[in-house]
Amino acid sequence: MGTDLVRLSAAETAAAVAAGEISAVETTQAHLDRIAAVDERVHAFLHVDTDGALAAARAVDQRRAAGEPLGPLAGVPLALKDIVTMKGVPTTCGSRILEGWRPPYDATVTRRLREAGVVVLGKTNMDEFAMGSSTEHSAYGPTHNPWDLTRIPGGSGGGSAAAVAAFEAPLAIGTDTGGSIRQPAAVTGTVGVKPTYGGVSRFGLVALASSLDQAGPCARTVLDAALLHSVIAGHDPLDSTSIDAPVPDVVAAARTREVRGMRIGVVKQFGGEGYQPGVLQRFREAGALLEELGAEVVEVDCPHFDYALPAYYLILPSECSSNLARFDGMRYGLRVGDDGTRSAEEVMALTREAGFGAETKRRIIIGTYALSSGYYDAYYGQAQKVRTLIARDFAAAFAQVDVLMSPTTPTTAFPLGERVDDPMAMYLADLCTIPSNLAGNASMSVPCGLSPDDGLPVGLQFIAPPMADDRLYRVGGAVEAAYAERWGHLLIDEAPEL
Amino acid sequence: MSDSPAPDDVRGSAAISRAEVAHLAMLSRLALSEEELDRFAGQLDVIIGSVARVSEVAADDIPPTSHALPMTNVMRGDQVRPGLTQQEALSGAPAAELGRFRVPRILDEER
Repeated sequence: MGTDLVRLSAAETAAAVAAGEISAVETTQAHLDRIAAVDERVHAFLHVDTDGALAAARAVDQRRAAGEPLGPLAGVPLALKDIVTMKGVPTTCGSRILEGWRPPYDATVTRRLREAGVVVLGKTNMDEFAMGSSTEHSAYGPTHNPWDLTRIPGGSGGGSAAAVAAFEAPLAIGTDTGGSIRQPAAVTGTVGVKPTYGGVSRFGLVALASSLDQAGPCARTVLDAALLHSVIAGHDPLDSTSIDAPVPDVVAAARTREVRGMRIGVVKQFGGEGYQPGVLQRFREAGALLEELGAEVVEVDCPHFDYALPAYYLILPSECSSNLARFDGMRYGLRVGDDGTRSAEEVMALTREAGFGAETKRRIIIGTYALSSGYYDAYYGQAQKVRTLIARDFAAAFAQVDVLMSPTTPTTAFPLGERVDDPMAMYLADLCTIPSNLAGNASMSVPCGLSPDDGLPVGLQFIAPPMADDRLYRVGGAVEAAYAERWGHLLIDEAPEL
Repeated sequence: MSDSPAPDDVRGSAAISRAEVAHLAMLSRLALSEEELDRFAGQLDVIIGSVARVSEVAADDIPPTSHALPMTNVMRGDQVRPGLTQQEALSGAPAAELGRFRVPRILDEER
């Protein structure tokens, strides 16, 4: 029974709990058992909150027994990225500097999950403070891709994607600053969505780059992602960048499965050199499939997208160097060298040296450099202008088409260790995902097959204008249904047994 | 593209020197080791040499974007609302004393 329960979708699990066919405790225990069986090899979790999860599940079962109404995801287990605060539950952001820290408050995302009766199983592994594309920058060791344990699960949210792909949880929360939800989804054969910037509250998310960060859903199906999206999205007065407007009806859109008449743009700039042939082949086939389904696929030109990566790697470190200044060993987290003789500044420098990993240090230094008075105009100022030009490219593209499509990432999952000491090579994994963060667009990655090169999952990215998240779910749901019909199952069902 | 500099190959034309990295580390309150300074200087030179490509874009008359949303001055009512208790606020402190954060000295010792 346990194995069967972990293979149900979130929608199926919620329906079974609501109908009394299974209890929330049963499904929660089945997932805890699955974690106990496989996570030693996958290492998706940094902390499993067994008692808290079972208590939350019991509360759902009691509400149901009392005849109280249940939300659309009540009793469904979920894995929470370790950058989202949860009161009393360790939150490390994959960093030594926050080892052992237990937040005294819930993020708005966490509060909404609790109120919806979603059962949080624990906290997932990630690159330190969400900087990386492989989880190898976690201070607690990497996560392994369930498709091939010697390969990366993507990053920064590799733990969340791997937990979902390894059937340790049907749902997970990720955060996406430059692709940290979508790239892990692509390389693990799962679904990941970066909502419109401002669509989901950032209150209680430990900030990396405040103008880019956005939390969103990870799931095995488009409908499950939509259900989770609708639970966590919506205006929050505690986040001044939260959009005060109704959330698009993503659940209805996911059920539409109809793209006839939809205009889809292929971004000319995404493809060619640096892309694996197998990734490009599956991408071209996806375009042909959409045409078969009745969509119109055209090429669009976004000339400034070539500058998105360099602009991002100036803007992100700049915001990061400022945001991570709060980790100074004074009010929470690690403190090193406080022997009564050293000054506060010396203790700060020793604490940060001991508490941060190499990638975090590199980005803090780049950000400090880019914001220095002599370089500000040439680097940060110029990057902000490029950001304007990228937003204008998007506006021109969306005047012609409803959504854009591209490969999610240029390659399939690369081997652990391959790029960890080559920062520029690691950064290229985000080539196609970064423009959406710079302009605030909604974007999704859905599986589009296994690469003929290496048999590993390939992700297909859709990009919609801000506040048109429903278009992603409409086209993503249609593509998923068409592939399921062609293959006879979801791509994730081809993942090897662990 | 042909006019891009090749900082790796040309000695002395590095985008960022080891001494600059040491200065930036001090500004960033990072007590880097000598080994890290050696390693980061080369890596940061490659990264900065690469991101400097943004200067190729003609953008003199383009306004900067600091944020994707066209929002300004989001206000809320000036109302008292519950916050953390003193105990909660101090719960993660590396050191606390008399209900306050205890920190190392911030001023030079008196002479």
